[in-house]
Amino acid sequence: MNQDQYRILSKRFGRRDGHRLAAYEADGGYRALKRAVGQLGAAAVREEVKASGLRGRGGAGFPAGVKWGFVPQGAETVYFMVNADESEPGTFKDRYLLDYDPHAVIEGSAISSFAVGAKLCVIYIRGEFGWLVDRVQKAVDEAYAAGYLGPGALGGAYELEMIVHKGAGAYICGEETGLINSVTGLKGQPSIKPPFPAVSGFLGQPTIVNNVETVAAVPWILENGAAAYRAFGTEKSPGTKLFSVSGPVRRPGVHEIPLGLPFREFFTDWLGGMADGEELKAVIMGGSSVPVLTAAEAMETALDYESLAAAGTMLGSGGMIIIPQRCDMVELIQVLMHFYWDESCGQCTPCREGTGWLHRIVKRLRGGEGAPEDLALLEKVCDGMAGLTICPLADAAVMPMRSFLERFRPEFEALAAGRRETEPDSRWAREIRS
Amino acid sequence: MNVPIKDGNSFRLGEQDAARFAAILARYPTRRSALMPTLWLIQDRDGHISDAAVSWTAAQLELSEAKVREVVSFYVMYRDRPQARHVLQVCHNISCHIMGAQPLLSHLEGKLGIRRGELTPDGEFALEGVECLGACGMGPCLQLGRHLYENLTPEKADALVDGLRRGDPPRPDTDRDLED
Ligand SMILES: Cc1cc2nc3c(=O)[nH]c(=O)nc-3n(C[C@H](O)[C@H](O)[C@H](O)COP(=O)(O)O)c2cc1C
Ligand code: SF4
Ligand code: FES
Repeated sequence: MNQDQYRILSKRFGRRDGHRLAAYEADGGYRALKRAVGQLGAAAVREEVKASGLRGRGGAGFPAGVKWGFVPQGAETVYFMVNADESEPGTFKDRYLLDYDPHAVIEGSAISSFAVGAKLCVIYIRGEFGWLVDRVQKAVDEAYAAGYLGPGALGGAYELEMIVHKGAGAYICGEETGLINSVTGLKGQPSIKPPFPAVSGFLGQPTIVNNVETVAAVPWILENGAAAYRAFGTEKSPGTKLFSVSGPVRRPGVHEIPLGLPFREFFTDWLGGMADGEELKAVIMGGSSVPVLTAAEAMETALDYESLAAAGTMLGSGGMIIIPQRCDMVELIQVLMHFYWDESCGQCTPCREGTGWLHRIVKRLRGGEGAPEDLALLEKVCDGMAGLTICPLADAAVMPMRSFLERFRPEFEALAAGRRETEPDSRWAREIRS
Repeated sequence: MNVPIKDGNSFRLGEQDAARFAAILARYPTRRSALMPTLWLIQDRDGHISDAAVSWTAAQLELSEAKVREVVSFYVMYRDRPQARHVLQVCHNISCHIMGAQPLLSHLEGKLGIRRGELTPDGEFALEGVECLGACGMGPCLQLGRHLYENLTPEKADALVDGLRRGDPPRPDTDRDLED
């Protein structure tokens, strides 16, 4: 199968000059923006994106065109924010778009801003991507100089200011209300919904937040039409999707696939299977926050929203983590629980205390001081967290915790009974000091 | 509301940085929303955000010092005290863990003669374990300043430390050779 035929978003990946305005324009870049502003108008752009069925690529999969429609009619001031916080463990796809194709992100952001009537667009890039902040700022400067942005852009047909905003190390700023509060100059703590940002967000005004990959698909959809986009993927999961793959496979990295592709085919043909001497044990399909699947479950599912939901997990961000047989699952969940505990913003007691409990109980188990009751205690703590907090970070910790317990229970039971089921491979496993 | 700068505050921006600060104020819709870029401007120059910088920022943005300080302390990348010259931040999250982050950290501990979370006595190096850096498919990896070093092996890590000691570090993996 020719994998290049699915390159909508990844056309310029790996090209040395793909990030330059001249190269982007030579590929037909900014034509969609000109057509959107000059011919289509905002309502028609919203309709086309809605018809394409494009779903948000930040994790929740909400249809972009539908979200845009939530902005109240006749709103005076609207803001558009591009979520480039990309901090979900296992996820590194937006980084490729920002690095190799910043103008596609800028053009997509400009069209999306125009579609919702925003005159200020903020691209929020996580602070650890320091070099990308420079890269994107340079591209934004180029777009201003070429008259695609700024007051009187495109001969006065529309106007848009674009700010490249650098985060400063906080996973929670990827949550959309945390992101908005962060840009406001506050701690990046989420706000309770409703009101939803589309109605009341940045500075109390309607604000749309979309992921980088979501906006990057918009120029292609306008150029080629909603029907062409729907030619890829399934009825409920139209289009293509970037998967960032980590772990010991032959070809880790970012791969663009048509949604609906069977995992087995992706694993064999795209990833080349496991690296030498490794065997597949489990797969986390969509970033660390979604439930883990066993190798057997993974082999039976397909990569789209509905198949993964039927398999008991989620497509999430498309951050696929391949777990080899040599890994101790209790050790891996300890790493993850440390992460959620570290990143909880502390506002909600169930999340602040619950993540700490989960981390400490798992650590105690691994330290040989666990008790058989600990497994029930882990479940009880999860029950006290899920769905009870301001934002879904608590659920994001509970989903991996519960699924690891459920699918790899013997490993937990052995530790609770004072036995080790598998001797960890000393090449990799060390005591985690945290 | 104009909060007076405390007497004796010696914090000043140079001419270039003052122009950058003015540009930030012009770009952001409210003074408060200029807080994060202002803190970056200061930290990029000074390496950290001092008490004097906090009161200067508070006065400029018409915020209380507490509102500035809580933001400095919320975000892990803002530092409120001087740092080692080279802070090596190794990702210890799941994908890098699978690919050997712990052996890498142990190796660097041996090489630098410190444990993670510590500073070399000469103040040259610090070693930290950090959460996911967005380089999961290229792990194990570490962050140094604005760049990442990826697909690390003990040899590559040694070459980095030796290069930094000589003042001639290898090129980061994220620093793609791009003609401008
Ligand atoms: C804890 C947490 C972290 C998140 N991190 C990100 C992120 O890094 N990038 C992102 O695009 N969305 C992230 N999201 C999802 C956003 O809240 C939001 O749904 C998304 O940016 C909307 O864009 P989309 O509709 O285009 O997907 C996160 C959500 C939560 C709860
Ligand atoms: S669930 Fe956790 S991260 Fe989200 S707002 Fe509550 S405390 Fe903060
Ligand atoms: S897990 Fe290490 S960079 Fe993502």
